[in-house]
Amino acid sequence: MKWEIVIGLETHAQLSTASKIFSGAATAFGAAPNTQASAVDIALPGVLPVLNKGAVERAIRFGLAVNATINRRSVFARKNYFYPDLPKGYQISQYELPVVEKGTLNIVVGDTEKTIRIARAHLEEDAGKSLHEDFHGMSGIDLNRAGTPLLEIVSEPDMRSAAEAVAYAKALHTLVRWIGICDGNMQEGSFRCDANVSVRPQGSDKFGTRCEIKNLNSFRFLEQAIEFEAKRQIELIEDGGAVVQETRLYDPDKGETRAMRSKEDAMDYRYFPDPDLPPLEVSKQWIDKIKCDLPELPQVMANRFHLDYGLTKYEATTLTRDGVMADFFEYALAFVSTQPAEWPKLPKPPSRGINIAKAKPDAKLVANWILGEVASLLNKEDASTAEFRITPHQLAELMHRIKGGTVSAKIAKEILRILWNENPEGDIDFIIEEHGFRQISDSGAIEKIVDQVLAANPRSVEEFRAGKEKAFNALVGQVMKATQGKANPAQVNELLRKKLGG
Amino acid sequence: MLNFTIRQLGAELAARRVSSVEVAQYFLARANTLGKTLNAFITLDEEKTLARARAADAMLARAGKDGNEAGPLTGVPIAHKDIFCAKGWRTTCGSQMLDNFIAPYDAHVIERFDAAGMVPLGKTNMDEFAMGSSNETSFYGPVRNPWNTETVPGGSSGGSAAAVAARIAPAATGTDTGGSIRQPAALSGVCGLKPTYGVCSRYGMIAFASSLDQAGPFARSAEDLALLLNAMAGFDARDSTSLERAPEDYARDLDKSIAGLRIGLPKEFFADAGGVAPDVARAVEAAIAEFRRLGATVVEVSLPNMHLSVPVYYVLAPAEASSNLSRFDGVRYGYRAPEYSDLLDMYKKTRAQGFGAEVRRRILIGTYVLSHGYYDAYYLQAQKLRRLIANDFIEAFKQCDVILGPTSPTTAFRIGEKSADPVQMYLSDIYTIAVNLAGLPGMSIPCGFDGRGLPVGLQIIGDYFAESRMLNAAHQYQQATDWHTRVPPEVKA
Repeated sequence: MKWEIVIGLETHAQLSTASKIFSGAATAFGAAPNTQASAVDIALPGVLPVLNKGAVERAIRFGLAVNATINRRSVFARKNYFYPDLPKGYQISQYELPVVEKGTLNIVVGDTEKTIRIARAHLEEDAGKSLHEDFHGMSGIDLNRAGTPLLEIVSEPDMRSAAEAVAYAKALHTLVRWIGICDGNMQEGSFRCDANVSVRPQGSDKFGTRCEIKNLNSFRFLEQAIEFEAKRQIELIEDGGAVVQETRLYDPDKGETRAMRSKEDAMDYRYFPDPDLPPLEVSKQWIDKIKCDLPELPQVMANRFHLDYGLTKYEATTLTRDGVMADFFEYALAFVSTQPAEWPKLPKPPSRGINIAKAKPDAKLVANWILGEVASLLNKEDASTAEFRITPHQLAELMHRIKGGTVSAKIAKEILRILWNENPEGDIDFIIEEHGFRQISDSGAIEKIVDQVLAANPRSVEEFRAGKEKAFNALVGQVMKATQGKANPAQVNELLRKKLGG
Repeated sequence: MLNFTIRQLGAELAARRVSSVEVAQYFLARANTLGKTLNAFITLDEEKTLARARAADAMLARAGKDGNEAGPLTGVPIAHKDIFCAKGWRTTCGSQMLDNFIAPYDAHVIERFDAAGMVPLGKTNMDEFAMGSSNETSFYGPVRNPWNTETVPGGSSGGSAAAVAARIAPAATGTDTGGSIRQPAALSGVCGLKPTYGVCSRYGMIAFASSLDQAGPFARSAEDLALLLNAMAGFDARDSTSLERAPEDYARDLDKSIAGLRIGLPKEFFADAGGVAPDVARAVEAAIAEFRRLGATVVEVSLPNMHLSVPVYYVLAPAEASSNLSRFDGVRYGYRAPEYSDLLDMYKKTRAQGFGAEVRRRILIGTYVLSHGYYDAYYLQAQKLRRLIANDFIEAFKQCDVILGPTSPTTAFRIGEKSADPVQMYLSDIYTIAVNLAGLPGMSIPCGFDGRGLPVGLQIIGDYFAESRMLNAAHQYQQATDWHTRVPPEVKA
């Protein structure tokens, strides 16, 4: 039988407010235990929660970015359970009436686009942390994280493969950073996913029994966990068994999911509206103001890159996975398609007035460089994309040198590496001179070297004449090697053809 | 000094005929003698009290110079119900759970009285977590009623009511969730006021049922209540249910005539109330007659859903309490069971040992009514009925300015008389609970005595934010009568 995998994700995005959702304590990561826990966070007797407006503003920003309904009135409830790192004995969370409902997010898998529905996004507070090591049989409690604002984003079960789930999680990750509501730091737990996975026979319209895999804090784990879980469920059913609804944990070391608790052990959270917090009322004016302040969204921008600049959907989506990278691209493109003298007059950001017709021919070049060389430099040092070590001006100048024949593409890569690794402030012309990178376009000089190469490689010459095109490339390579890559490749080609043909 | 009202005491202090330290010492001495007999206080801390009295004296000494001002309350002592967190003070809420808890911060109400220059006299005894109507559920033992030490002072703010009645404190704070200020005021023969929900900040007041809890003052006259309310009311951004309103002078209408005041008498309080003791009914009727003599008119009103208020309350208040009291888990502060095998065992033993029987009962009820499958039938249903009860009052106030009736169906009962039957105890608040459910202001003032010489309380219920009108009515009544000036026979200087 052919099986279909059905996946829904619940994502917790930590909102980037400076203070907690219901207290004035700081939310910074990594402070000494319990130094960022106020009376409210510790749940001293008599303290009361006061809602952080910044958290609400961020939730609304998210809702608008996914074209969702912003509920003008939403309600905070108490989710009651006992745990040492839950100081009040309940978590304040929106339950029946969330602030955001019914949105959508588009994903691209390969070159196919798909719309994933977002059921809801609600505000809630995070719990503290239990520390089980270092205390000799006891547990330590760190309440720094208690009360950190979270937006829980719940998708509909619209994904049909691990790849789609990852694409959705990545698109969401891009979006929350893009609109500045979450730093997206997955190692620090600022962005984590729970995956609801079920399987059903292909063509069936009924959902299978689902399992929830908790706390997946990397895209790789998300993918692996779903793959494993779907396989486990399919094998179970094919062996005549049945899936039991339960919560499972993914063990990345073993690459498997393990049962944590079954539905029967599920707690009764005794939700009820929190009497300490009046319903959250959001005015239309406030929503409108937030809407006005919203930046161009990644999917809109990707679409524009695709249509205006002729980039592939893949290129456009990749460039817009990160706001810094997307801006870098568009600035660099604006500078490449204009002369330095015009740069000070360019609008900011360039999307407000870039000459599309003029820019389009260079778009592919700039995109290739950013997605190729620049991205590989970024990846190599494992830095977040926010840490570009060159400016769009520098990249644009480099492109101008290639276009103008000052340096070859190969040398340009070398210059980029120098700029990136050694001299971020560097002047490109100075680097070219200092390293003698200027392209050799003097045909006399190139001819001399071509002659030497031909003389030194009689076998290649013979092979070429015997019809082996590969031998020609080897000869080009030798010339480039002899000039340390500086010879103008077009001229080398032309001269070689002439000499060999002659 | 024994029978000075706050206004008189404030005037003596301002004129520097007596120092705040002298006043504090006088009342501390009473707290240490009569206060012990009545078990009115959980914590006394002379050093802290006197330090504040000295500060008040310094403030009074500077008054009038260089723009320094002393207020009408500067230097006057006040006893605080042990439900309010006061920085550096042990704050137990009447429970073993918080027996060792020293509050590291001040409640808003405490801040306000401190700012007004009042001198904290100590922390008064109360029913455990304010759950009770007799002060018998306190971990620190029952409080005795100064009118008859074999009887209860009412609850949950029993220590505050008894302290004011016995002239151990000229003023005290209380909290009222279902009648916990008004009922002990009635049973102890003093004045107590519960403001409109949201008028006083709940910040730093240990929560019982958040949507019902409201702080208020005890004193021996309506005029004193107005002065105290002036100090304690006010917006506080740290309580999201605190109401942002322009400050008002609650004493502004005290001297107005009440000719033409429309008094509503809910027929459910009188005709239908089979439970009201004849002596109580007689005293309340006499008080109404006095109001008519003063020019008020009487109109019958109806609160048709009134009979639902006790059951509704005993769904909603325990539901909120079960959640509010979850933080007392032995993890971070307060009581922890001395021996346990694992985490779950620690929770169980800590909470079983740390809470008394009545608190445990209400946590169980609250947990039950919020449980999956019962929520709709109990909690949600009760919320709907709560709205109906509030609507009854809104309708009634279209026809009248204040509502009068008994505060409690009986006068003070014997210690132990009702402790075996929780429902009988709960019915003690039958006339007060609806006011909390509706969020309205209410007060109780003395209006007579029963055959055994125990005080009867008259309840005055006002429309939302009509505190000054209620105080006006009460003050005018007190100008014409002297019930509020009576001193328990055993109480001497």
